[in-house]
Amino acid sequence: MTVNTMSQMNLTEQIITIALLMIATMATRFLPFLVFSGKKKTPAFVKFLGNALPAATFAMLIVYCLKNVSIIGGSHGIPELIGIGVTAGLHLWRKNTLLSIFAGTVVYMLLIQLVF
Amino acid sequence: MKKWRALKAAFPATIPVLAGFSCLGIAYGIYMRVSGFNFLYSFLISALVFGGSLQFVGVPLLLSSFAPVEAFFMALMVQARHLFYGLSMLGKYENTGAKKPYLIFSMCDETFSINCSAEIPEDVDRTDYMFFVSLLNQSYWIIASVIGGLLGSLITFSTEGIDFVMTAMFVTIFINQWKKDKGHIPEWIGIASSVVCLIVCRTVFDSDNFLIPTMICIISLLFIFRKPIEKNLKDGDDGSSEEAEAQNGGEAEK
Repeated sequence: MTVNTMSQMNLTEQIITIALLMIATMATRFLPFLVFSGKKKTPAFVKFLGNALPAATFAMLIVYCLKNVSIIGGSHGIPELIGIGVTAGLHLWRKNTLLSIFAGTVVYMLLIQLVF
Repeated sequence: MKKWRALKAAFPATIPVLAGFSCLGIAYGIYMRVSGFNFLYSFLISALVFGGSLQFVGVPLLLSSFAPVEAFFMALMVQARHLFYGLSMLGKYENTGAKKPYLIFSMCDETFSINCSAEIPEDVDRTDYMFFVSLLNQSYWIIASVIGGLLGSLITFSTEGIDFVMTAMFVTIFINQWKKDKGHIPEWIGIASSVVCLIVCRTVFDSDNFLIPTMICIISLLFIFRKPIEKNLKDGDDGSSEEAEAQNGGEAEK
């Protein structure tokens, strides 16, 4: 992971960032209890987002993880492609989340440390 | 004695979570440590935020330059599904008294899926049972991430590439989401929005901050394609579907 030391956060900024992560998380956990009583009906658009948003969000997170991969330079994204392939293949085959994550990570680490 | 009985009833339900949180929590602590954040950071974040995916995403966020708005909205997007856990637990967490704030505070995917579907024995207090499930699960996660943070400083082999654990975790969650939905429209919206926004931000604005434009694109496109998406999604009526989601989609999260 490349770290740009020029623009790194100081301690106060780190604390603010962590606090914001906490506040956003707590907002999503507490809001339903503050807004809705057991009898009120959930608005349809809220339900829709609940069903549709996670899939799109995790697609975004995968792209976020891969944003520093260069297809033109370096190892051309080949270790990432193989790592994801191993993870996805194992996950479709064995349906064991932990196995998929750890096998994919180990393969990736071996590839970038020993092969590329 | 009453509390002890509730703890004894709750513990077996949390054993699968113990296994999962041990591995991923240790991986998180190590990842934090090798990124320059010692076990105190892992401890505090696991105690205060307690959300696996977001905690992993938090590492590159903490390593980049200060971007509070981006961090906040990223967290809202990643955690949005908790809104629906809350909605399905309105009834179950009613009348839980002084323990209610903690029950809500600590409701991660795994805790939700246990408390939502638990068949609690007659002689066990419901509130105590759900409280111990929540407390045990969070304890596993905190302890594992601290152990990882401590181990991280002892590691002698190269940890280069360990950040891939986050990519792999998101790939498994994404596959679970993909399998649940026949049309795959939200998945493609997510992929297309983020790739296009990343390329545009890079080439046009020479910037890496593609998350906020991506989030705006995703939400707009989801509403534009709302009708076909809803046709494909099995309509989740109440607890049962959200519970299934926590087990299929969320389990990989920590």
